[in-house]
Amino acid sequence: MTQTGLAGAAQSKDVRRPRPKRARAGSPMGRGKYPFILAFLLPPVGLYLLYMLSPYVQAIQISFTDWSGLTSSYNFIGFDNYVRMWNDDQIWTAVRNNLILLLVVPVLTLFLGLFFASMLNVGGRSKGAAVTGVRGSSIYKVVYFFPMVLSVVVVGIIFKYVFAPETAGGILNSTLSTIGLGGLTQLWLGEPRFLIWIVVVVMTWGFVGFYVVLFSAAMQSIPKDIYEAALLDGANRMTTFRKITLPLVWDTVQVGWVYMAIQAMDGFAVVHIMLGINGGVDGAGDVLGVAIYRAAFASSRFGYAAAIGVLMLILTMTIAILFMRGLRREKVELA
Amino acid sequence: MTATRTDPERPTNAEAVKPAERQPGVGAGAKAIGLLNGGFLLLWGLITTLPLLWAILSSFKTNGEFRTDPMGLPSGLEWDNFARAWSAANIGQYFVNSVIVVSMSVPLTILFGAMGAYVLARYDFPGNRLIYYTFLGGLVLPVFLALVPMFFIVRNTGDLPLVGQFLGLNSYVSLALVYVAFSMPFTVFFLTAFFRTLPTSVAEAGIVDGCSHFSLFFRVMLPMAKPGLISLALFNFLGHWNQYILPLVIMQQNDKRVLAQGLGTLAANTGFRADWTALFAGLVIALLPVLIVYILFQRQVQAGLTAGVLK
Repeated sequence: MTQTGLAGAAQSKDVRRPRPKRARAGSPMGRGKYPFILAFLLPPVGLYLLYMLSPYVQAIQISFTDWSGLTSSYNFIGFDNYVRMWNDDQIWTAVRNNLILLLVVPVLTLFLGLFFASMLNVGGRSKGAAVTGVRGSSIYKVVYFFPMVLSVVVVGIIFKYVFAPETAGGILNSTLSTIGLGGLTQLWLGEPRFLIWIVVVVMTWGFVGFYVVLFSAAMQSIPKDIYEAALLDGANRMTTFRKITLPLVWDTVQVGWVYMAIQAMDGFAVVHIMLGINGGVDGAGDVLGVAIYRAAFASSRFGYAAAIGVLMLILTMTIAILFMRGLRREKVELA
Repeated sequence: MTATRTDPERPTNAEAVKPAERQPGVGAGAKAIGLLNGGFLLLWGLITTLPLLWAILSSFKTNGEFRTDPMGLPSGLEWDNFARAWSAANIGQYFVNSVIVVSMSVPLTILFGAMGAYVLARYDFPGNRLIYYTFLGGLVLPVFLALVPMFFIVRNTGDLPLVGQFLGLNSYVSLALVYVAFSMPFTVFFLTAFFRTLPTSVAEAGIVDGCSHFSLFFRVMLPMAKPGLISLALFNFLGHWNQYILPLVIMQQNDKRVLAQGLGTLAANTGFRADWTALFAGLVIALLPVLIVYILFQRQVQAGLTAGVLK
């Protein structure tokens, strides 16, 4: 309402005045703009610098000290924390686990996301229309997406009990017994080699719906006549998917991949809730986030914690750059 | 979505041209594939919903039922679980804490984010790009690196004159401000793109009519940006309500914990207290606000959460 009224006013004024193009000094938009700009930038930039950016800068500095966090004094010890990290087997376990999360979770999540999104959007093929979504696709999207809005804590707690022994709620084991696969029951969270894979499963469970919705949006924007043409040429489902759908949503897949990789680097809440602060049995499910938290707030080794944080920053940045480069492909222009 | 499917311009191209010919992809084989598709979709739907349903059912059981018959239906509705979770397990206090923090952090995030984004999107000034990219850089920084120094910064703000008493560790205001700071990158990024799309003529007309820059923002631009602001408010509400790691560092005192954090602690202690159903009741209490927001606004929530990746 305000919009149309003012727009009308603007038009009537335009007849008499030449319209200024952008907010510059001298134009009507430029009058007294600097005090305004300053006043508006100060709160967001100030808070951002104080609470977010300055900690990152300080962290790098702290990583070269032996600070315990309990005293006000500390010594600069050069690269000692980094050397110690190199010799710390637990950190290597955490790095290995982070790499597993980084490689497996995005692949699984994006694959399932693409699979379900293509079924929802181009899976139905009733007579007449070349491509349609399956019936109830919007309900599926609502359901699939739901884990994404849950707290990771809630997800972690639920799955802690899903994988628990039968006497403590463990519905996975109960389900296996019920359907006659009792031989597969395990003490899932008691077996070191399973731990990180359980985290993989839980994270994938949480993120697939997000990608179904994301890829659905991308698939909706593909012109339908492309599919019609392909159908007339006798292309089957697989070919259509490979030659049309996939190339046309590839950009979204690429961005989604980077985003998922950054998310997968985290894993903190899932591991902390499901496996505890030591990363589960023998620390086998440890990840870097938990290692940082443990070093800082359980062992009071803030310098060391900061050094692990720097390692994590370097890993994240490297991965972001590598993924962006490795996945770059020629852009496909839509007609 | 529906609009493209029922496009009246070309309703059934293929059929209209060759009505007698067999449609490629429509036949017995295609039907089988269709059923298979439906099967997969349904399976994933079950994998998604069953653990959640199970958690909700468990919150109504007695502890005995939970241990002996985890898969079964509850024999009655054990409301006492919720009472125990709310008072004995402190979930009520945590819930109130979460509400206090989020009711400060979400409006502030939107206000400050909109202010910053508006200026960055619509005003030319030296350093504009630098500030924008500084915000953007925050999107890829892992939060863990900041934890340690952030802890000390927050603690030291407690020693400031005058405002110190409201800040420091274990303070609602501190936690809310930290949330605001950590939400700035995405909020500014999203809203800058949004403010750029708003028509320039309206703003200019406002200025010509004698609006100050301030009233132009609050009375013209903010109302126009409402759809974007709603998406973001939902996005930030979910993010702040579910936040775990930041309060874990800042809210160390038991009675100041927020919901997700308190629930995590409760889960860690549940084994000793042997009160599983109270834990699940607490979990349902934590889940309800999110579920309600999601059901009411699911379209905007999906749009808000995915827009960041698409842009």
